[in-house]
Amino acid sequence: MKFIENQKADDTLDLVFRMCPIHLLEPGERLEGLKRGQVLEILTDYDGALEDIPAWCAKSGQEFIGIKEDNDCYKLYIRKVK
Amino acid sequence: MKDSQKKIAYMDHAAATPVKGPVLKAMLPYFDRDFANPSTVYDLGFQVKRVVEEQRAKVAELIGADPEEIIFTSSGAEANNLAIKGTIFSRFKKAKRIIVSAIEHHSVLNSARFFERLDYEVTFLPVDKYGLVDPERLKKTLDQDTALVSIMHGNNEVGTIEPIRELATVCREHGVPFHTDAVATIGSVEIDVHEMDVDLLSLSGPPLGAPKGIGALYFRKNTRLMPLIHGGIQERGRRGGTENVPGIVGLGKAAELAKSSMKKRAAHLTQLRDTLIANVLEKIPHAYLTGHRERRLPGHASFCIEAIEGEALIFMLSRNGIYVNTGSACASKALKTSPVLVALGIPAALAQGSVVFSLEETNTLDDIDHVMKHLPTVVERLRAMSPIWKNGAPVANMA
Repeated sequence: MKFIENQKADDTLDLVFRMCPIHLLEPGERLEGLKRGQVLEILTDYDGALEDIPAWCAKSGQEFIGIKEDNDCYKLYIRKVK
Repeated sequence: MKDSQKKIAYMDHAAATPVKGPVLKAMLPYFDRDFANPSTVYDLGFQVKRVVEEQRAKVAELIGADPEEIIFTSSGAEANNLAIKGTIFSRFKKAKRIIVSAIEHHSVLNSARFFERLDYEVTFLPVDKYGLVDPERLKKTLDQDTALVSIMHGNNEVGTIEPIRELATVCREHGVPFHTDAVATIGSVEIDVHEMDVDLLSLSGPPLGAPKGIGALYFRKNTRLMPLIHGGIQERGRRGGTENVPGIVGLGKAAELAKSSMKKRAAHLTQLRDTLIANVLEKIPHAYLTGHRERRLPGHASFCIEAIEGEALIFMLSRNGIYVNTGSACASKALKTSPVLVALGIPAALAQGSVVFSLEETNTLDDIDHVMKHLPTVVERLRAMSPIWKNGAPVANMA
């Protein structure tokens, strides 16, 4: 797991309080609205997302950048590759 | 006259409304022909899912929202619960005060009281004699520990419409989320969530001519809500449970009809309301209008009639085919003095004589004539039996 700081994002998807499998459905939808190379920030309080989202990126061909632990949630960063 | 020939003047639409013909017609295919689960990944499900999203857009359009800001619920009461509990749990223990008006629906009052058991402080904002909440008073009451303010748009017992924009602005200035229960106003008063500047707004199907069992909550984008019903992916994870597709289709169709007919409908209801109010105040001595004279729901007329027991009045009117209520449908069975009327400062004895007419577009001036044919006689008969009415006047003036 790669922890990062100061990652800028082009869009934020707030999934706090929403549970499995929403974290595997909404990032793909939201990425559709971004251009290649842009970064999506995902906010979640669901522990399972820490494994699921990197795995989803690998499977769907997107780049998983890393995780930042915030006060009340995790912030996960994805770069749109395709 | 045989019962089957009895003239019916149904004027208790705040309690229940018939489903509109086009609404029922739109719903029917979704009970059998198009029954598939919208969450499925085959074409039958996709088609139903698309229809659900079309209805979401129609409901959003009625209130000036974006479709993704609408969550379908089972009722206005569930929408109120989700607004209050969902917001408070999303900021759990970060702020521990909830402010509601003293005349809210039970689904708001009791949701707020639920948090008293979790060591929250609930403040019940008083109202004036017309049922209005004062924005200045709210401003003085707000503090940094306030987690949510909930004040209804229109009151279904006294008909008063609150100054929501002003109240919401006070909350916005203090960074406190603001919720309004618009169940009483939806479809008869123009609602634009951005103009009103609210964060959350509840509505339900029946006032629009949709069936019971369907409602919706508007939540402003980026508002966090803890779900009350955890489940799958329905409502984007904010409310579990397979969608009530026929109900959702009914709500969407009713919202579409309301959008196109609201002005005409409001004008018709206002004419009926004003005729009824003028007649009752002229022909029934010692009858008083409750709520605000101008700032009131178009189809709502409510009175307190001295030396009358509301339940007896309702019963006797129903024998003449006139169906009205003493207050809110769920509270009137409790045979308790209405907390709403008490909050307006109406003496308990006078509050016993509460009668509420809630009109719909199917009502006519002929219905008002029917009421005025029977109401004075029924009031006279009840007063003749009353120990607090003598020689054409109350024993002691209680107004």
